[in-house]
Amino acid sequence: MELQDTTKAFGPHQVLKGVNLRLPAGQVTALMGANGAGKSTLVKVLCGVHRADAGNLLLDGRPVVFQDPRQANAAGIVTVHQQINDNVVLSLTVAENLLLDRLSDGRLGGLLGRKRLAEQAGPLAEAVGLNVPMDTQVAALGQAERQLLAIARALAHQPRLLILDEPTSTLSDAEAERLFVLVERLRARGTGVLYISHRLSDIRRLADRVVALRDGVIVLEQETPDLPRAVQAMLGHGLGEASHEYRRGGRERFRLQQARLVAGAPPFYLSLREGEITVATGLLSSGGMGLLQAIYGLAPLAAGTMYKGGKPWRPRSPAEAIAGGVFMVQEDRARAGIIPGFSLRHNLSLPFLSHLSRLGMIDRRREAERGKHSLDQAGVVYRSDRQPMSALSGGNQQKLMLARWLQQPCELLLLAEPFQGVDIGARRDIARLLRRTADERATLVVCTDLEEALELADRLLVFNHHRLVGDHRGEQLNMEQVLQQIAALPEHIDEELR
Amino acid sequence: MIRQGAIKYGLVVLLVAMVLVFSYLQPAFGSMRNSFIILQSVSIVAILALGVTATLAVDGFDLSIGATAALAMMTSSYVLVVLDGGTLAAVVAALGVGVLVGLLNGFLTVQMRIPDLLATLGVMFLLLGLQLIPTEGRSIAAGMILGDGGSAPGRFSAAFLALGRTRLFGVVPVPVVIMLVLALITWLFLERSRFGRLFYAIGGNRSAAWLAGANVSAYRYGAYVISGVYASIGGILLAARMGRGDVSSGNSLLMDAVAAALVGFAVLGAARPNALGAVVGALFVGVLLNGLTMLNAPYYTQDFIKGAVLVVALMFTFGLAKRT
Repeated sequence: MELQDTTKAFGPHQVLKGVNLRLPAGQVTALMGANGAGKSTLVKVLCGVHRADAGNLLLDGRPVVFQDPRQANAAGIVTVHQQINDNVVLSLTVAENLLLDRLSDGRLGGLLGRKRLAEQAGPLAEAVGLNVPMDTQVAALGQAERQLLAIARALAHQPRLLILDEPTSTLSDAEAERLFVLVERLRARGTGVLYISHRLSDIRRLADRVVALRDGVIVLEQETPDLPRAVQAMLGHGLGEASHEYRRGGRERFRLQQARLVAGAPPFYLSLREGEITVATGLLSSGGMGLLQAIYGLAPLAAGTMYKGGKPWRPRSPAEAIAGGVFMVQEDRARAGIIPGFSLRHNLSLPFLSHLSRLGMIDRRREAERGKHSLDQAGVVYRSDRQPMSALSGGNQQKLMLARWLQQPCELLLLAEPFQGVDIGARRDIARLLRRTADERATLVVCTDLEEALELADRLLVFNHHRLVGDHRGEQLNMEQVLQQIAALPEHIDEELR
Repeated sequence: MIRQGAIKYGLVVLLVAMVLVFSYLQPAFGSMRNSFIILQSVSIVAILALGVTATLAVDGFDLSIGATAALAMMTSSYVLVVLDGGTLAAVVAALGVGVLVGLLNGFLTVQMRIPDLLATLGVMFLLLGLQLIPTEGRSIAAGMILGDGGSAPGRFSAAFLALGRTRLFGVVPVPVVIMLVLALITWLFLERSRFGRLFYAIGGNRSAAWLAGANVSAYRYGAYVISGVYASIGGILLAARMGRGDVSSGNSLLMDAVAAALVGFAVLGAARPNALGAVVGALFVGVLLNGLTMLNAPYYTQDFIKGAVLVVALMFTFGLAKRT
């Protein structure tokens, strides 16, 4: 199977910008890519959910067009999606799940005996080594068994290309090993596998080839995997264009002592100072986000103490964090930031209504004036502040989310992936705005993408497997070392930290 | 443009048109007297609809309001007739019932994480059953025979009955005044206060509101307490109007109030639960039913007409709005 010059856009947003991808039979091709690189769109084009705007899909050298996932299935392209529970029906039994595709196309007839179902489903389960009674409810199964079940269902289509999207993200090591053995068996049988993961240990274990997707383009294709280089390609390395004046922090605003993000990790110390923008980077779910959540009162640290202005800091909710002067711009603004029915003005004022109210009643003139002032300060391009949020581009929405938290002074501003779904121009604006306002507070940002991280960072932290493995000053950055720290395998990390 | 106009003003235009048509066909319809009859007939439904609106605003749904109103009615009657209590005691007891029911609904939805519709449906059955127990299933009226063979010592006090029967300045019925006051308070609360703003924020995106510092649990509790208290006010007015605690009179309140609140989504293109809409929605149904009754439409068509109004209004809100 092969993709040629494939492009796909959603509205003005070009997600795939000419992807060329070869997926040979009998080999495991690992696909790496940061958040928003276009991985999931690529998968959806391959399995017929989306149709590409341009480009060819070749199967055995012949062009094919899939109208829907069913046609892709029929051609032997089968996908096991990231969310395991999207692939199985929890309320049905194992046998019913295995035969679901046949049930829905009527091949089994209308009347179903329990015995007949078990007879039909048994061999499918055996093929993946799933040893549970056929009439068990899926809800009673563990994650690994559900994953195997989903794969068994996929294999029932006799795939020629199997797409596995982050298959180990919810599995333990032992469970993952079962999956690897199965994938190896499939490879030996000549099935092509596209394996999408950010877990380097998985990729090292399985991949015959590695491709890296970045910003809608395949930036690297390796016939023999070289992981540090692949990580570099996926995260970017453009130091030059992002260079800025690096500032040293002033007074300490926030401190973590003997902190552990997970039990068993070596403890770390971290001091956040005003005027300095500290960026935490690392692969997806490597710890930076966990740190922000702990500081914002969403989840406790595994161990250790936090101090804000010298006093212990243990907020139990965002409300308490905000009251104490710690604000956070959320990742995924559609889910965690925007109130969809609210106008720009109302979205902006949401956290600080008490400052705008007397006796509980909102001073609407003040709300409007302050709102417009904030929008203009942040450089949001808008027609009317009574418009709904959907009238704004992604970049402007993000500027507004930032403007929301710049309305009041704070001790520490947290930002999670502030450049997600933001074009390059807006990205520059946001970075400039953050830097311009950085003096009166400490700022801690989480950025998976290295180029984005470097655009902001006065100081760069590297997290790997929930450990703080690197702490660099912006002006003395050794990219080689940073990349090594990001890509280090878990078994080596703790040794090196000691 | 036409579609937007239809979404925004459709229901109000329809309401005005209905009034004009009915007045033309039946001159008595437009009289002052009849106007207040309509207002009086919708006032209790409108009060309950305002309460549901508060729960709808936080993306909840209180199905127990009809039963709460019935329980409040029975409670106030019980205090007056069986316990021989005063007017104030009866009112306070009934309001207390509303607060307790609101807290119970809040507990079930917030703490127990039961989906709002299911939790309040359960509470609805619970309360409908509960109101029957103290009187062994009988309605409460002055002089009723009690379980021990004696007759009830108390009666409905004049002050209590006045709540349902007096007219202010001899014209405006007290329930209408109370409805208008509650409508104004609710409107101010939802549209102008920061608490109301947070109600809508929670209804729009609960996790975003939480992450912006809203105390989501407290507000959801608050919405159910408002709804419970409003329902119990409705129950008190019903008891005062009827002068007895009737075990079956709360039955139609739930569906009428819910319909009014949902019809209210379509008023002035709000496309969300709102106080003005709830009142206009109740009025809309009231005008239609009163007008058709005066034109000799049979009573048994009423539920069908209410259903039709609700479906059409929902089409205005969801069907038309979605495509813009």
